[in-house]
Amino acid sequence: MAVELQTYKSETKPDWCPGCGDFAVLNALTKALQTLGIPPWQVLVVSGIGCSSNLPGFLSAYGFHGIHGRAVPVATGAKLANPELTVIAAGGDGDGYGIGAGHFVHAMRRNLDITYVVMNNEIYGLTTGQASPTSEREHRTKSTPEGVIENPLNPLALALASGATFVARGFSGDVKTLTDVMVRAIKHKGFSLVDVMSPCVTYNKVNTYDWFRQRVYVVDKEGHDPKDRMAAWARASEWPNLDMKRDRVPTGVIYEADYPTYEDLEPAYRHGVPAKQKLGIADPEDVLKQFF
Amino acid sequence: MSEVVFRVGGAAGDGVASTAETFARLCVRGGLYVHTYSSYQSVIRGGHTWTQVRAAPEPVLCQGEDPNLLLCLNQQTVDIHVPFVGNGGAIIYDEALKLDGSAVRPGVRTVGLRMRETAQALGEATMKNVVALGGALALLEVPFAPLEHSIRDVFGHKKADIVEMNLKAARAGYDAVANNGGALGLGVPYGKVPGRMMMTGNEAMALGALAAGVKFHAQYPMTPASGILHWLAVNGPKQGVVVKQAEDELAVINMAIGAAHAGARSMCATSGGGFSLMVEALGEAGMTETPVVVINVQRTGPSTGLPTKTEQGDLNLVLGAGQGDWPRAVLAPRNAPEAFESVWRAFNLAEVYQTPVIVLSDLYLGEGNRTVERGALDFNVPILRGFLQAEDGDPKAYKRYRYTESGISPRAFPGMKGYQFVAGTDEHMESGVLISDVLAGVPEWVEERRRMMEKRMRKLEGLRRELRPPELWGPADADLTIVSWGSTQGAVREAIGRLSAAGHRMNSLEFFDLFPFKAEETQELLEGAKRTLCVEGNYTGQFAHLLRAETGYKVDELLAKYDGEPIEPREIAARALQVIKHGG
Repeated sequence: MAVELQTYKSETKPDWCPGCGDFAVLNALTKALQTLGIPPWQVLVVSGIGCSSNLPGFLSAYGFHGIHGRAVPVATGAKLANPELTVIAAGGDGDGYGIGAGHFVHAMRRNLDITYVVMNNEIYGLTTGQASPTSEREHRTKSTPEGVIENPLNPLALALASGATFVARGFSGDVKTLTDVMVRAIKHKGFSLVDVMSPCVTYNKVNTYDWFRQRVYVVDKEGHDPKDRMAAWARASEWPNLDMKRDRVPTGVIYEADYPTYEDLEPAYRHGVPAKQKLGIADPEDVLKQFF
Repeated sequence: MSEVVFRVGGAAGDGVASTAETFARLCVRGGLYVHTYSSYQSVIRGGHTWTQVRAAPEPVLCQGEDPNLLLCLNQQTVDIHVPFVGNGGAIIYDEALKLDGSAVRPGVRTVGLRMRETAQALGEATMKNVVALGGALALLEVPFAPLEHSIRDVFGHKKADIVEMNLKAARAGYDAVANNGGALGLGVPYGKVPGRMMMTGNEAMALGALAAGVKFHAQYPMTPASGILHWLAVNGPKQGVVVKQAEDELAVINMAIGAAHAGARSMCATSGGGFSLMVEALGEAGMTETPVVVINVQRTGPSTGLPTKTEQGDLNLVLGAGQGDWPRAVLAPRNAPEAFESVWRAFNLAEVYQTPVIVLSDLYLGEGNRTVERGALDFNVPILRGFLQAEDGDPKAYKRYRYTESGISPRAFPGMKGYQFVAGTDEHMESGVLISDVLAGVPEWVEERRRMMEKRMRKLEGLRRELRPPELWGPADADLTIVSWGSTQGAVREAIGRLSAAGHRMNSLEFFDLFPFKAEETQELLEGAKRTLCVEGNYTGQFAHLLRAETGYKVDELLAKYDGEPIEPREIAARALQVIKHGG
């Protein structure tokens, strides 16, 4: 179905800082939805709390702007209730890899057909610049004045370990690759992680656009086979890592595999879409037999 | 009234629960009313567990007190429970155990059976409880056929020789009683009355949800709420219900909220610890105006507390859960049929008022098996989905959070063409657009925040109108009114029954729809009360505080029960008598 790009446009203008990486994510997402011909009323974008979690308000789709760290379970419930919807969870690294990390891991092993876009700026922006789970060692922030002394979480490696069936990274400075990745992620049947390096121009003075431009490369261009799980591990392990090697940041589709989705196996769907089923019990006596 | 109070005790793993459940089910099939209570511990093997089944030809209101038939599966049961068996009763024990005759009360028979030895000779020592059960039924003059039928029911799917082995074990115990003094002569009739079921409060709640058309249920395992998960996991998908065990209660309630937002009738269940984790998301549902039903089956707190024991200690928690003010309803059913009804009503209230509704149960109600008349559960329930946006309306004029007199705004579900909106936990305008980020504090939007807050809170008045006032049971001109809420109903009424028989005039003021509080009706009902005694299962008298906050009425006396055990009629009667005679 052909949909005008304008159809996805919200009347609310994004209030992100000028230059924020999230603008590119919003553009790539709407472009991807248009490319796939998914009308805005069949899309539900669920977010948590943080600068990037304001995204649902900046496009004209159905949205749920929930509480900090819980975008993925809300998206899970919505998808389970109406699997006909295109469900996208969106948020930041603090939201998804920090306070919501438990849900992140479990959503991946479930392999529901949802797409999770994480705008990863390696900092807490909305709370004015504290260290995040992906802030690298030695990064000086408001909460780590002498530098971060923890190792950063590696989202791609965690996704592979958790059973995600689509694992990718994008960069806000490369909207073309980002859009391609989003199209493939939404099309993919199963859980898709898109980790987007989305620079915070206000609070992260380390991981800037320039910093990334010097390091990012697209794995496709180096002959990476996303079906090769061990090769995916190797790419994911390039950055971040315990050795603090920071010379190459892989982007593009790292891993892509075809496994049954949760929806394929859910027994209740034999009765149709839960949100559209007739309510009440047809034959209570049959259910009550066990109590006599 | 002739009745049997059957208590079976052993170690976890001895088959205490299955023995008691089989006994209870046979009683129900034989036309008796039952009420069971299990005392168990947070251990999988060992420990000391016992279950009490009270059965009588007339409806029984609670689990009863001292047993008149004790079945000892291990030494500890003999050591602990023998002194409690009352006159005219009997103690069945394994002859291999040591029974100190001096601990046996006068008029109590002891029936030694070779339980383990017989079971072992038949090929399986764990069948000792089947031998014992045979003995118990013979003492009560229950024919053997129902037990045979039940054994075939339970083991029928296994190999034929296992069924035969169990039948022989049961028969051995049954026949041994004839040589041990024969039947007890308790005078409990056994016949056949169709139309009665046996179920737990948890099962009644799950059935209430099915009747209401629940389409999504999420839960994390937690005693004593797990029975709801177990029952729905088996029975839900057959009715099209997605039943999801999630990674924690944060996920549980957020999944339920997501499912409700997408248009499915949605529920979750937990106990106090899990409910505590859900607190932030309850406010999320309140703010986004998402209907969700949350069941809290209370257990003994604080913190991990006594995980397998009962309490009514979460009232303050459910009333105060979440930052800020948002409308909610709290229902606390008194018995199994009301548990069924509370849940389907909760779905209607949640959807009509687009806000969370909490159903507050407890271990005592949730896990105990009770007789439920088939006619007590009406599945022909109204399904009220509330104010839904028509698909053929004008999308341009659509405002998800439109100001209305009732505070109820039109819901649209994702997938409906043209009605896209964002449900936000930030404060928002009628359209759903946030006012928190760039508009907060600008005078025009200060006013808007006030109006949106008032819109949401107006729903509280609608909810209050729909809730039911407390029930005043018993004579109007009583010398003492017992105030209670939720599952203590049975014990309170039984206590009143006993004291009434002794010539005292008492009545019972029972609350089940707790919030929004029916203050006017309550005040009217309390006007005639001479003295009041509030009976509740927590330390501080949480309900007594609520009553005072809502009506200004201070109860005269408080019977606070917080030892983890279910309250017994004799405790209530003793305290009531004290208040009547001595004023306190």
